Amino acid sequence: MTARSAATIASLVVLCGSLACTSFYEIPIETPIQPKMDVSGFSRVLVAGFLGGGTDDVDANLETVRLLRSQLRSKSSLRVVEAEVLPLAELAAKQGQAAGDSNGVAASPGGAADGQQSTAQASTHELRIQNEKDLERFQSIFADVAFWKKLGEEYQNPLIVTGTVLFTPHRDAGMVMQEREWYDQFGRRRVTPVRTYMERKGFILTPKFIFIDGRTGATLYSEQFREEVLYNAQQNTPALSTYFELMDKLIPSFLNALSTQKIRGTRVLLK
Amino acid sequence: MVFRAIVVSAALLVSASAAYARDARSEAKSQVEFGIRMAQNQLWKEAAYRWQKAVDIDPTYAAAWNNLAIAYEQQGDFENAAKAYEKAVELEPDNLMIRQNYDLFKEINDRTKRRNDR
Repeated sequence: MTARSAATIASLVVLCGSLACTSFYEIPIETPIQPKMDVSGFSRVLVAGFLGGGTDDVDANLETVRLLRSQLRSKSSLRVVEAEVLPLAELAAKQGQAAGDSNGVAASPGGAADGQQSTAQASTHELRIQNEKDLERFQSIFADVAFWKKLGEEYQNPLIVTGTVLFTPHRDAGMVMQEREWYDQFGRRRVTPVRTYMERKGFILTPKFIFIDGRTGATLYSEQFREEVLYNAQQNTPALSTYFELMDKLIPSFLNALSTQKIRGTRVLLK
Repeated sequence: MVFRAIVVSAALLVSASAAYARDARSEAKSQVEFGIRMAQNQLWKEAAYRWQKAVDIDPTYAAAWNNLAIAYEQQGDFENAAKAYEKAVELEPDNLMIRQNYDLFKEINDRTKRRNDR
């Protein structure tokens, strides 16, 4: 027996020995995350509308309502109410005017028709939401219990989903790590990380989801998120696809407010 | 004479307890193996029962605690999963597989806690 074959046999013996000592089995698991709210009292959900703004490239109200309704339809047990998307900013502005005129009478949640009427009253400039400060002017609508109760009555007391969505353009410049590709003297491909100055642009998405009890008009739960993405300034990514990219990251957390979500992973069982 | 008798009985006691521990471990091991087969067939409740039995028989069996923790995790019982993982790590602090499982669990558990605290 040569020294080489002896070494091979010895290493095989060691390998077999170590495998016998450490028997393990990788197994896929699904960890259930309990919902943050008890929605057992509701059979229907109404995604009413959002105070949306930040950019003119995306209608944050309309897109958010569409996306959440489609997600809830496929991933929750609640029946999704199909209704007109509420122009919440217009209703809130109208409500503000009414409050000024006659000491806080709530605006009618009658939907788009009322909203269109109020558009004539409130100028486009007043309704424009560009940042957090602009949002503050309309936020009082979420505390208007009578408004949400009335809306709930119209749709047979569902769970109401509303809130705010700011989708703002963002620019940034600074040093970033990039991978530089090069070929050495033998023609082999090499990749080296290098620090480079770069101008980047993208968007920041800050939605706040508010869950309201349609039977009472009271807020049950609310949660705010923040996601951002930056691309190379030369890259031309449509605002709408960036919006969906960022919302994709938040949707599991949104759904987890209403229903159990499962996180897939693997663990190692030992013997 | 008396001293010899004491030494002999002590030796007998030690060997008897060693044999008992060996028996306990082999009994616990058969429960663990059965549990693994159950988990591989997605019968997690039965698996958890077997691994619980294994740690009752031999509370020093780190692998059984590790598997029990995974079963609790799969069932969403994070409190008991954390306790079982901690016990497994305490028994075998250098076992990288147990550490890796525990780290993955902690990541999910911490995220859930943060969200609930918000």
